[in-house]
Amino acid sequence: MATRGFTGRPPAAEIRERLPPGQYLTDDFPVLQMGPTPRVSTEGWRFTLRQGAKPLASWSWDELQALPRTRWGGDIHCVTKWSKFDTAWEGVTIDDLLAAAGLEAPTGFVLAEGHDDYTTNIPVPDLLGGKAMIATLYEGQPIEPDHGGPARLLVPHLYFWKSAKWVKSLRFTERDEAGFWELRGYHMYGDPWREQRFTGD
Amino acid sequence: MADPFRWRSTTIRAITPATARVKSFRFDALDGPHRAGQHVDVRLTAPDGYQAQRSYSIASVPGDPAGLELMIERLADGEVSGFFDEVAEIGDAIEMRGPVGAFAWEAADGGPVLLVGGGSGVVPLLAMVRERALRAPDVPMLLIYSARRAAEVIARGELSARSRDETGFDLTLLLTREGPTAGRRIDRVMIDTAIECLGMPRHSFVCGGNAFVGTVADLLVDAGVRPSAIRTERFGG
Repeated sequence: MATRGFTGRPPAAEIRERLPPGQYLTDDFPVLQMGPTPRVSTEGWRFTLRQGAKPLASWSWDELQALPRTRWGGDIHCVTKWSKFDTAWEGVTIDDLLAAAGLEAPTGFVLAEGHDDYTTNIPVPDLLGGKAMIATLYEGQPIEPDHGGPARLLVPHLYFWKSAKWVKSLRFTERDEAGFWELRGYHMYGDPWREQRFTGD
Repeated sequence: MADPFRWRSTTIRAITPATARVKSFRFDALDGPHRAGQHVDVRLTAPDGYQAQRSYSIASVPGDPAGLELMIERLADGEVSGFFDEVAEIGDAIEMRGPVGAFAWEAADGGPVLLVGGGSGVVPLLAMVRERALRAPDVPMLLIYSARRAAEVIARGELSARSRDETGFDLTLLLTREGPTAGRRIDRVMIDTAIECLGMPRHSFVCGGNAFVGTVADLLVDAGVRPSAIRTERFGG
């Protein structure tokens, strides 16, 4: 049902077709996080793949930098309604991490964990096939702390809360375990094109 | 319990100017309870089906008999805030869902509670101040509120009166563009003074523009507040 007196300002067709439902385009890069920006140094930094509590493989900052690097460019969509077009990231794909560790994904789901104790859940197939990376560069520069640097998960085909900032580990889980926002009503999967913002969407 | 994420139609029951750029809108109450600090999503639909959604913080306490209160600031070129400022009238039907968000405090969470708001970022903190007065008057709470000018202070009369009349609630108002504090920003001294007065906060909530929230959250960490005790909400973008 139309809202009385509202016409809005729909964007031009070429923008509109790149915007998932309910999103608007911004040129800024807004910051969304639950608390202060943690101070994460690359000195002593480690990134770990775990299964439950058990570490499967881990990398220091320098070891991570030595792995094959991949660039990804495209649009990102935040559940708070902004989308940003043509973002450019570089990092190490999850495929390359697993290959470097000589591992196959041991379970079907992952909880990504951040240095701020943030967690978010993602099905493993959404992390493989070049769909996700541990990103360390944004537009060719080290990622700013406010945007998750030194390293963040990047899963750009899902709402951006799935792209955990200050990522420190991926924990493989047997079941699809809800993360921080998912426990608070955000959608378990979070596909922007199906507008899966909240439980039941 | 009602599904908070189902879109439903609600009606504007009252509109009151709060400042030159902010209006208070009263709607029908939500189907279920919310926690002070949470927000709702609002959706507007054009005749051709085009929709725009935005999130707005709730200013009222759960169960307020006057209904759900949103305070909406008119933004430059605001597609949705411009509609609320210029077009919306009492009786209009608006689609809404929620409550949403982890930026929230309730009586059982206890205190001391340190609130820091910039501009219209005070709105969810106002809900916490009201909640404390109603359901947790023993909890120490201090609000540092940074606004540009006196005329832009939201709920100034209410906050001043509460600070004067309610034991355990204090207001520190900082005007950054006029008067004796023009040019000053919230700094470490202000945070330290607040913590001296309040005690080390068990919970701290910071809301405002992006740079404001980043700066204040860093100051709180520097002042010894546990990062996990600090919740942030940023608007803009």
